Amino acid sequence: MSNAPYGFNDDCALFRESARKFLASHAGLDVLRRAAAQDPDPARMPTAYPSEEGWQQAQELGWIAAAIPEAAGGLQLPRGALVALAEQLGKHAFPSAAESTLGVAFLARRAAEGTAQAALFEQLLAGARATLAVCNADGDWQHTPSVVGASSPGGGLTLTGSAHFVQDAGRAELFVVRVAGPAGSLLAVVPRGSAGLSVQRDGIVDLTREQGTLHFEAVLVPTDAVLPGGDALLAESLPDTWLLLAADMVGASEWLLQTTVEYAKVRTQFDRAIGGYQAVKHPLVNAMMAIDRAKSLVYAAAHALDEGAPDALLLAHMAKAQAAEAAAFTSNRAVQLHGGIGFTWESDVHFFFKRNKHSELLFGDAGYHQAKVADLVIGA
Amino acid sequence: MTSHPDQEAAQREFREYCRAWLTEHRPPPAPVRLPQHPIETMTRAQLDYLQAWQRRCYDAGLVGADYPKEYGGRGNKGFQRIANEEMNRARTPFLINMVGLGMAAPTIFHHAQEELKRELLPPLLSGEQIWCQGFSEPGSGSDLASVQASLRPDPASPGDYLLNGHKVWTSLAHFAQWMILLVRTSSDHKHKGLSYFVVPVENHPGVTVRPLIKLTGETGFNEVLFEDTPVKDAWRLGALGEGWNVAMTTLLHERGAGPLVTPQGGVGSEGLAHNVQGLVSLARTLRRNGKPATEDPHVRARIAALAIRERGIVENGKRARAAALQDHPMRLPLQVKLAGGERVLGLPKS
Repeated sequence: MSNAPYGFNDDCALFRESARKFLASHAGLDVLRRAAAQDPDPARMPTAYPSEEGWQQAQELGWIAAAIPEAAGGLQLPRGALVALAEQLGKHAFPSAAESTLGVAFLARRAAEGTAQAALFEQLLAGARATLAVCNADGDWQHTPSVVGASSPGGGLTLTGSAHFVQDAGRAELFVVRVAGPAGSLLAVVPRGSAGLSVQRDGIVDLTREQGTLHFEAVLVPTDAVLPGGDALLAESLPDTWLLLAADMVGASEWLLQTTVEYAKVRTQFDRAIGGYQAVKHPLVNAMMAIDRAKSLVYAAAHALDEGAPDALLLAHMAKAQAAEAAAFTSNRAVQLHGGIGFTWESDVHFFFKRNKHSELLFGDAGYHQAKVADLVIGA
Repeated sequence: MTSHPDQEAAQREFREYCRAWLTEHRPPPAPVRLPQHPIETMTRAQLDYLQAWQRRCYDAGLVGADYPKEYGGRGNKGFQRIANEEMNRARTPFLINMVGLGMAAPTIFHHAQEELKRELLPPLLSGEQIWCQGFSEPGSGSDLASVQASLRPDPASPGDYLLNGHKVWTSLAHFAQWMILLVRTSSDHKHKGLSYFVVPVENHPGVTVRPLIKLTGETGFNEVLFEDTPVKDAWRLGALGEGWNVAMTTLLHERGAGPLVTPQGGVGSEGLAHNVQGLVSLARTLRRNGKPATEDPHVRARIAALAIRERGIVENGKRARAAALQDHPMRLPLQVKLAGGERVLGLPKS
């Protein structure tokens, strides 16, 4: 199987197909529209969706287990399978904590063996949703300024402060928090419902995602809930999070492209389908090319991370930058080429437009990752 | 793409052979300034140098590897891609007979009579005979099917024809011995009125080749005029009126999407990645607004954008070999031509 391009073997293809079938039956646009109509407050809408039952079914399909090592009871598929899953999630604008949880699973994989790692794997395999809480209020994707402070009055840590832009804050059971500890940065695993921890939901543009701010007021964390490695571990793990978002954008953009192409074939102006005009055709082709380059970079980066290739970091930055550019261009053109209807809630385009906007900015926009590429290609 | 262990081993061995041969036989720098691209070849000295290089690569088995032996190839399917990768890797001069290798050869292979294949393909692969393509005509733009150059029966030679017409943008015609030609044999139907021939263009009656000068000052392409030029029926590819279908074979390969891998060296996907490195090296030597150009945020952003774009194109090429990672088999291959054409226009916007 080593011969499969980008390590995308038959297992990966099967895994993707099972995810696609699940999403096709559980995540139709009608379901999404109904959920949006039920609760137009964007800060609350998605938590009810998917249902607990739906999340359990996704677990049974191995969505999270696929990222967890076999030795820990997981399936450990090539990363290509996971980005293929994220692509499908984007293509269906599926509201779930899967991508956040996978980001944590990859972080756990890179952590040193120990109690904290074992506990994380166990809880993730049992179906717990998890997410990173590592950003400050400025949205600084370097993750340099401290987020949450800690003191250690004998044994454990006491956390105080706030973590911002926490994805799936309202539904995650576990938070991996970046803590400025007494002796440098730490990553602490904090369960939802801990005494002194409160969650404030954010109103965000993306109706399919969920985000919030965590407030810590003297939250006690035992020593064995700290993942060794601190900032180095976080930095090593972030490329996986970028790739999941990049793959999601590839999928969402692909939906926008296909839907707009279909529309251009049936919508007529001056007695001919608008798709016949070069002014419509060309941007669609440009979108396709931008998406294809992003998709190729995503799979190349995923494989490079699997292999520990020297250019894995470069490829991951390239993938996030290119996917964000492709997403921005495709989203914009999809709205414009749909004409007036594209600006309304009537058209489904807005779900994907907003999801892409959220993914574009999260964990570094195109400009951020492009600057990182320049540092690697030219030198800082 | 299934591959057997035996074939994988043979391919590995062939790659090592190519690498060793290219290391040992890399030609000395050309005595003249070489063109930027095969189709820009302008002087006889450039031609001689590049033609000699193609001949050596051919003799070593690096050109035409996938073609059957009876047509001058080596009969090793799956080897040409490897030779291309190694030629690009070694940054060797490119293969001059680009139109011949990329467009004429696969079309001849798929559509010519047996005798014609045996006659035309070996000197094409070796670079001994240069080929050009007579598709475009003045005033036609991109509408290939609007071809007007026409054949009429040759009164002096029953069954054969006389050709009259005007072709344009004919790369390498000034050095070519042969042309692949799309011509009108009936005015009743736009597409079904087209036929496909190969015709000699060097020292052949009624053929005039006139260079067109580009904005760079180079004369890579030409216009070609035919006045009562004799064309033998034996030079026909496909049936009369079937020229459009034959032309699709040519265009498919021209766009890098055909079933036969085109021998290519010195340019191509590996070459793209080197362009970015070249730009970085240049930026290191220049100053902009009193500072090294590598510190200029605008330069950095443009180079990074180019690096991302070029790497994306390279990875597209790799992904094109993974059926499971594509929506449509032609989607990626057809972008090669488009991406290549746009690359000439300059850097992407930052």
